[in-house]
Amino acid sequence: MTDQNDDTASDESELTAYRYSDGSITYPGHPRGPDGKDPVGTVDLTEYTAEVVTWTTSTATPPGVRQPNHLAIVEFDVDGRPVRALGQLEDGNVAIGDTVEPVYVDELRDPEAGIREPASQSWDGFRFRPVE
Amino acid sequence: MDRVAIVGASMTAFGDREGEWLRDLLAEAGAACLDDVGIDADAIDHLYVSNMASGELEGQTGAPNMLAHDLAAQPAYTARIDQTSSSGGAGIYAAWQSVASEASEMTLLVGGEKMTHKTTGEATDVIASLTHPVEYKHGVTLPSFAGLTARLYLEEYDAPRESLGKVAVKNHKNGVDNPKAQFRKEVDLETVLDSPIVADPLRLYDFCPITDGSAALLFCPESVARELTDEYVVVSGVAGATDTHVVHERADPTTMRGVVESSDQAYAMADRTPADVDFAELHDMFTILEFLQFEDLGFAEKGEGWKAIESGRTERDGDLPINTSGGLKSKGHPLGASGVAQAVEVYEQLLGDAGDRQLDDPEVGLACNVGGFGNCVTTTILETPEAE
Repeated sequence: MTDQNDDTASDESELTAYRYSDGSITYPGHPRGPDGKDPVGTVDLTEYTAEVVTWTTSTATPPGVRQPNHLAIVEFDVDGRPVRALGQLEDGNVAIGDTVEPVYVDELRDPEAGIREPASQSWDGFRFRPVE
Repeated sequence: MDRVAIVGASMTAFGDREGEWLRDLLAEAGAACLDDVGIDADAIDHLYVSNMASGELEGQTGAPNMLAHDLAAQPAYTARIDQTSSSGGAGIYAAWQSVASEASEMTLLVGGEKMTHKTTGEATDVIASLTHPVEYKHGVTLPSFAGLTARLYLEEYDAPRESLGKVAVKNHKNGVDNPKAQFRKEVDLETVLDSPIVADPLRLYDFCPITDGSAALLFCPESVARELTDEYVVVSGVAGATDTHVVHERADPTTMRGVVESSDQAYAMADRTPADVDFAELHDMFTILEFLQFEDLGFAEKGEGWKAIESGRTERDGDLPINTSGGLKSKGHPLGASGVAQAVEVYEQLLGDAGDRQLDDPEVGLACNVGGFGNCVTTTILETPEAE
């Protein structure tokens, strides 16, 4: 890791990507990158806009999830490197190729309603909305 | 090396098995498989149970030991094989390994799942628990991955929405002739395309149901098979592979690398090419998956898979029938049982035991079992002993 993420993980944004020595960037980060080596830095994706790769509106949602649930895979361009993320959309009024920006939400689903142990992960994060 | 043979197969009726639980279903399929061959349980060296989530769905763990006792198979070695929706295929791989390595001379594989006592939302959440935390927190489900991928596929390859609907129509039609299928009712294209949206652009009939059921296979060396019966098939190729856990990290969401890699290895092991395959059972948990696997198994070029349903290639009377059993779409999808049941259909077709859905003397059949949204995959090639 570089000095960019020498701080504790709790200081990382919920949209923090990891950079690896071969130049690749992934979101989320992994202990080993696509090159099989440790990450060398981080990138805060909240400082970027992204393009909608594809989207869906899910009407059959699990317990604790809003209904309907608009979802998209988006792609950030970080200095020429593509980085993808999946996230909720503010609403379903998007199209493939639209530019979107991240918007912070303190609870994306009810942690107490699903099967996963609430303490095992974070529940805040970012939805995406079209850039005006 | 002695080839590995499958000498027995069985499956329970799939569907809503109210009042019956995993223990009942596994025992029903396991006992029927032993009866199919006419051997006692004390001949079993290894016993594997393919199951994804009995603890989460039913509060029942320790299923392999439970089944061994119920079949009087102890002291057989037992293990549970969990690879989410591809647990059945992974079980086939494990069973093959046990016999090929000579660790076991008789291996019983039983896959099963009990699901219908849960609501759709609860069952969906159990399945979605396989996702990464950054996916799960957004409420992503396996159906929503299918919606995301279907929209991209239709747009990228200029495929008509109707082609996905025709997969559902075909597999429901096949299921009518499968007495073990959950749905034995034809649906027309208009019904499919007018059904409620589940994950836009996919609708209710693009998805498999929630199902209870179990299926079983019995493996042994071919030399032992010849002593037991004249009716057996051989496992000529089997391999498994993975893709990224985080689905959005794939450069092309319409390509399932686990299917590509596992089938490449299975073809090489069997000394076969896609052109040698007479029919296949694909993991049509969602209609879009039939196109993706059809392409990634090498049956069509990338982006051309949808044309197979339009031309009739994949119909039962086509040149490459797909999902003669009705597929997961019509037969049902009891998670841990599905991969085993795919191979049961291939086994029955190769032996000429498929009843009203029987194909014309097939010799080579393939089964592709997918876990997650292509996260882990097993491809199996079965052949008649004398296949050329």
